[in-house]
Amino acid sequence: MAKKKTEQKKWPEKWHEVNPGCMVFAAGSAANYKTGSWKSQRPLTDNAKCIKCGICYIFCPEACIQEVKDGFFEANLDYCKGCGICAHECWPGAIVMREEEE
Amino acid sequence: MGKRIGMEVAIAAAEAVALCNIDVAAVYPITPQSHIAEHMADIIHDGRIDAEFITVESEHSAISACAGASAAGARAYTATSSQGLMLMHEILPIVSAMRLPICMANANRAVSGPLNIWNDHGDIMPQRDSGWISLFTENGQEAIDLSIMSFKIAEDPEVMLPCVVNIDGFQLTHMIEPLELPGQAEVAKFLPPRKPFAQLHPDNPISMGCFAMPDTYTETVKAKETALINSKKIITRVFSEWAKRFGRKYNVVETYRTKGADTLLLTMGSMGETAATAVDEMRKAGKKVGLVKLRLWRPFPVEELKAAIKECKTLIVMDRAISTGGAGGPVATDIKSLLYGEKTRPRILNVIAGLGGRDLTVEDFVAMFEMAKKKKDETYELYGVRE
Repeated sequence: MAKKKTEQKKWPEKWHEVNPGCMVFAAGSAANYKTGSWKSQRPLTDNAKCIKCGICYIFCPEACIQEVKDGFFEANLDYCKGCGICAHECWPGAIVMREEEE
Repeated sequence: MGKRIGMEVAIAAAEAVALCNIDVAAVYPITPQSHIAEHMADIIHDGRIDAEFITVESEHSAISACAGASAAGARAYTATSSQGLMLMHEILPIVSAMRLPICMANANRAVSGPLNIWNDHGDIMPQRDSGWISLFTENGQEAIDLSIMSFKIAEDPEVMLPCVVNIDGFQLTHMIEPLELPGQAEVAKFLPPRKPFAQLHPDNPISMGCFAMPDTYTETVKAKETALINSKKIITRVFSEWAKRFGRKYNVVETYRTKGADTLLLTMGSMGETAATAVDEMRKAGKKVGLVKLRLWRPFPVEELKAAIKECKTLIVMDRAISTGGAGGPVATDIKSLLYGEKTRPRILNVIAGLGGRDLTVEDFVAMFEMAKKKKDETYELYGVRE
């Protein structure tokens, strides 16, 4: 949870700014919370082994893997929590998990 | 004004809710609430009102179905008792945090174990911190009136909180009393259709019941706490409007013959009427005694209670529940802590009685006054326990 305050607007700032019932009226606002800092491992993709099957895209529980240029796939590290499911499911072995410290 | 008819209180409670233009009732039957559930189902399936009766598989589902319905903008009702309320426990604080104005009747009953289906307040007490407005009734007429008023209180734009009306199991639910049901037109004028602050609808997506991280959770707690405390003002206002329209006056704290009384008894729920008879008898014998009845349990009416007891020397607080391993009964524990900062306060004796359906008679209350005179300390008494 080591997040710099400047990275995202803290909402609400004061208790009386809380919407009744904590309702959120803007759709898709969950994207404002960047949860990528929770991870201790990140996926690394070797495009030489990738067959562009998209199984990592299908299995990612965070839905943070997207198709990028030339049909390859890439995890958005702002939201990837490092669960390793993509690496586990990738049967050509194109994805490996690496420690964040490395 | 309707005419007085003989009716069972549980049936009357359902009939009162039928006057409230509800959209959804999700009720799971449990003794001694079953007659409310059965009669509500009858009313809806006979087509007497335009509402949906959801035959849920548990109380956890009943309150959850109400939460969904209420979030979609419906006026939702449920009723339960004892183990059923305990099963709802998980959902109760979610409903209040989501500010959903669901109304519920609770036919107060002891909790297991040992299994006991009779009256005490052991079921509602574990729910006291759930953020619900909690009202107590003393007789069938109050059950009718407060059931109707509860929707108006809960749905007020300044409140938006769920409300539970406590009706003592058997002692009230199964009594046949002369009762007056207000007319449909009068209730419709008093209680217009619900105007939700926001509602779930596919055309306008919003999120309810959101997640809050450590940087926000405390602020949401303060917001809910403030809303509940502020609801007292609206409760008082709705009571006044009811008095104007229907002629029966309610107060958050009721007093009976408290003037000049040096000893006061404090009760909640149906035992108030028996206690009032005991006060009458003792007054006849020249004793300076009176009665205070707590109608509003949450939010706790601090100022009104202080005003009601300011002249007495001894306050006997009745609890129909015990905080096991704690400082006594929940009502007395609250009152003692709320009076802690006062310069002067009465001696407070806590009597825990009437558990698991054990009767409380006029003679019992007289005996409690006598006991209060002799008792030296302020420790609690488990009244009538066989030693």
